[in-house]
This record gives sequence, structure tokens and C-alpha cells, in this order.
Amino acid sequence: MKKPSSKIDFTQKVITIQGLTKAFDEYEVLKGVDLDLYKGENLVVLGRSGTGKSVLIKIISGLLRQDGGYANVLGQEVDKLTPKQLDELRLKIGFSFQNSALYDSMTVKENLEFPLIRHSKDMTARDRSRIIDVVLEAVGLAQTINQMPSELSGGQRKRIGIARTLILRPEIMLYDEPTAGLDPITSQDINNLINEVQRRFNTSSIIITHDLTCAKAVGNRIVMLLDGQFQRQGSFEEVFDTEDERVKAFYNYNFTE
Amino acid sequence: MDYSNRDKTKTRRRKYFITKRLDRLFLELYQIYAFVSRFFREVFFPPYEGREIIKQCYEVGVKSLPLITITAFIIGIVFTNQSRPSLSEFGATSWLPALISVAIVRAMGPLVTAIIASGKVGSSIGAELGSMRVTEQIDAMEVSATNPYKFLVVSRVLATTLMIPALTMYTTFVALLGGYVNVHQNELTTLTTFFTQVFDAITFLDIIASSVKSVLFGFTIGMVGCYKGYHSSKGTEGVGKAANSSVVTAMFLIFIEELLTMQIINAIRVM
Repeated sequence: MKKPSSKIDFTQKVITIQGLTKAFDEYEVLKGVDLDLYKGENLVVLGRSGTGKSVLIKIISGLLRQDGGYANVLGQEVDKLTPKQLDELRLKIGFSFQNSALYDSMTVKENLEFPLIRHSKDMTARDRSRIIDVVLEAVGLAQTINQMPSELSGGQRKRIGIARTLILRPEIMLYDEPTAGLDPITSQDINNLINEVQRRFNTSSIIITHDLTCAKAVGNRIVMLLDGQFQRQGSFEEVFDTEDERVKAFYNYNFTE
Repeated sequence: MDYSNRDKTKTRRRKYFITKRLDRLFLELYQIYAFVSRFFREVFFPPYEGREIIKQCYEVGVKSLPLITITAFIIGIVFTNQSRPSLSEFGATSWLPALISVAIVRAMGPLVTAIIASGKVGSSIGAELGSMRVTEQIDAMEVSATNPYKFLVVSRVLATTLMIPALTMYTTFVALLGGYVNVHQNELTTLTTFFTQVFDAITFLDIIASSVKSVLFGFTIGMVGCYKGYHSSKGTEGVGKAANSSVVTAMFLIFIEELLTMQIINAIRVM
């Protein structure tokens, strides 16, 4: 099993979040979240379903707007950017969705080509093919190039989803529940892939999950989101070395149920 | 590190401007306005999604042809057949081509095309975009710095706006052919005589009005389908609702538009 890289530059913050709040109608999901992500770090955000983990990375990528606080990504406050500036920032962020979000009507090749055609206009078809081959080889699915997403398994779809985000060489990767709905062996493959991406592409990542095996396998640092705030932070062992019943219940459910 | 003692909860009570329901209604109206006006802001500026527009024109136009052909031909025959008894009471069956021509060119051609297209194309746009919304494909486009509105909405609305008028012309022609078959069977009228009477009965204004109407219908079908799909939620149930309400809303708006344009054209006609 591959371990996450320990080459982290603690002098360089790629994401800084301060006092982030977000509510949907009267339900407050984030109640003042603070977070720093360092260059080269894999940060795991743990928490139960519905606690606002995905909301957090959607705010970071500009898909949602926060009610209060700020999210600074690569030196820019996301909610203060113009649409053009936001698009430029988004090219540096890769977002791997929970359900992969592959374009149903396109083949794997067309899915991977889609961002390239739009953002690397002077690139020749041969160059595009070469880059597609490289990322497909990186996720170990070169043979699926002409398949439709509906012909792929859940694990393969996740891998292609990650390949599509890698194609523009992002500096930051955001993974939303990368192992949700996968069997333990495929989950382990995905965990290895996340670590491989960190090493090979030198990315800084936020991994949203409620799977403790995944958290342990990929996280340099783990934060736990409870009641809209980060309650625990540190290594896997540090986070779960507590008498807090909510944290213990989470651990027990994952490892004893 | 333990943060459990910190409490940064800023409890905020959400207040409504009027009531929750009215607030939502006004928000929806604003959303519709913003969605439609965005089309006019984006359609004229690059990047142009030429390949997607052509693909959608094919989907809307070519793939609707078999259904439109059969429906229009049958409507032409049935309408002619049903009109004959009334005219024959006055010994005026020779007016049948003129009657068919006026009815089909002015009203039935655009209306039948729009109704068929809202059922076939509108629902498919609503379902496709709805499914893309709930499976986060639209979000995926957005985070890869691609404008999903331009790629999905502008291309589809342009395709329906361009192809519905073309389909309307085709429907009109096929329905007239159906009428001719019936007239020829019963009155032994030749093709040349039939079409001479057809063109004598209509004016340039009729053709212009029919074209303008069909452009309006096409825009409505595309815009409604895209709006419903783009804003769908609640999983697969939401996709079904988006497809269904795309058809219902588009048909409702088409009939309203038909009524309004008819009044305007009649006012122009008597000027």
C-alpha cells in the first residue's frame, strides 16, 4: 500500500479559510470553520453525512458562496473574483466528484478531451492524444479510452473522473467521497491512486470522506467536522485519542460494525 | 489539537421579506428573468460552441422528421376530409385548397410543429439537463472552467430557435400534400391547380407571421426545457418533474403566444 508523501512545505499555504459560515434556509451547516492547507499536503476532512463537508469544498471551488468568513485559494479570495478570474483559478483546482460526474454522452476520450479543447486551443490533436494517454496510464485505465461511462464499473468511473481533473495539471485536488460505494479492494486502489497523484503531480489535496480506512491511508493530517465546526485536528491517532463520545462513536462504527 | 471548547457559532435567524412562499415566487421570477437575459448576453460573444450547435440542430431537426412527416400528412388528410361536408352544403368544395392553405399556413403548421417538438424535444432537453444537474455533470463543467450555460443552454436554445421554423415549413408542406391527396381523390384536382389555389389564398404577411411565430415557439421550447432541466433537483424524481413540466409549461406558453401573435397579426392586417 502506498503511503502519502511527506514532502510538505509548511511555509506555503495554498488554501486559507477563516470563520466560514454557510446556512441552507434555517439550517446552518458550517458555523465558523478555519482551515489551512499547505503545499504538498493531503488533508482529510472527516465527518458524518450532512455535516457540510462537501459544502466546504464547493465553497473553495466557487460552486457555492459562503454566508460569512472567507476562503483564500492560492492567494485569491474566491467570492471576490470576477467570473474570468474565477475560471483562471479553477484551472488550478481539480475537483473529483462523489459520483465521478463523467459526461454520459461522451466516450472516455471525449470526457478527457473536453477541458483540453477549451483551455489549450493551440494544442494539436496529437498532443491532446499524448496527454490523454499519460493520464489514463497514470490511473491505470488506458484500455477504456473508447468506452462510454455507462460501460465502466464504479471504481473505473472514479479513476476516469480523477484522470479528467488531472488533465489540466491542477495544483490543488479536491476529492469528494472518493471511496463511497466501492468495495474494500477497489477503495484501496483509489487510496493508492490519491497518494500516487500527490507524489507524481505534486498536488495539495483536500479529501472529504467518512471512510476511516481511506482517511488513515491518504491523510497527512486529519480534521474532524462536527456540529458545523472542526473539533479535532492532527494525525489519525491524535484525532481519535479523545474521550469525546461523538468522535468515539464515529471510530467504533467504522472499525467495529 | 482539541477545538471542542471553542464556540464560534453565529446563530442567524433567516428572515423573509414577505412570506416564505412569496419570497420563493419572486426569487423564481427573478431566476427566470436572469436565465433568459443571460442567453442574450452570451449568444453573441465567443467562445462559440459550433460543433455542439450542429449536433443539437441534428437532434432537434433531423431526428424529429419521421414523427413530423407522419403527423403532418395525417393532419392534412383529416382536416381536409372533415372540412368537406361543411363546404359541400354550399357547393363550395372548390374552395377546399384555399381553406386548407389558410388554416395550415396561418395556424396549424406552426402550432402542430411546436406541440410535437415540445413533446419530443422539450422533454428530452429537460430530462437530459436535469439528469446532468443531479449527477453533478453541470457542476463538473463549471469547475473545469467551462461555461455550462454556453455549452448546454445557448446551443440547445439556438438549435430549437433555428430548427423549429425549418420544421414548420416542412410540416406545412407535408400537411398541404396530405390535403392534396384527399382533394385529388375526391375532386380530381391536379397538383398544379391545387397549389395555385393554395398560394392565391395566402399573403406574404401570412408567411412572415408563421415564420415569426415558429421562431418564438422554438425559442420558448428550448428555453423552457433548458430552464427546467438546469434548475432541477431532488434526484431522479426531479429529472422526471423537469421533463414533465418542460412539456406542460412550453405548451401553455405556446398557446398564449399563438393567441397574442394572432391578435397582433390581425391588427396589422386591418391597418
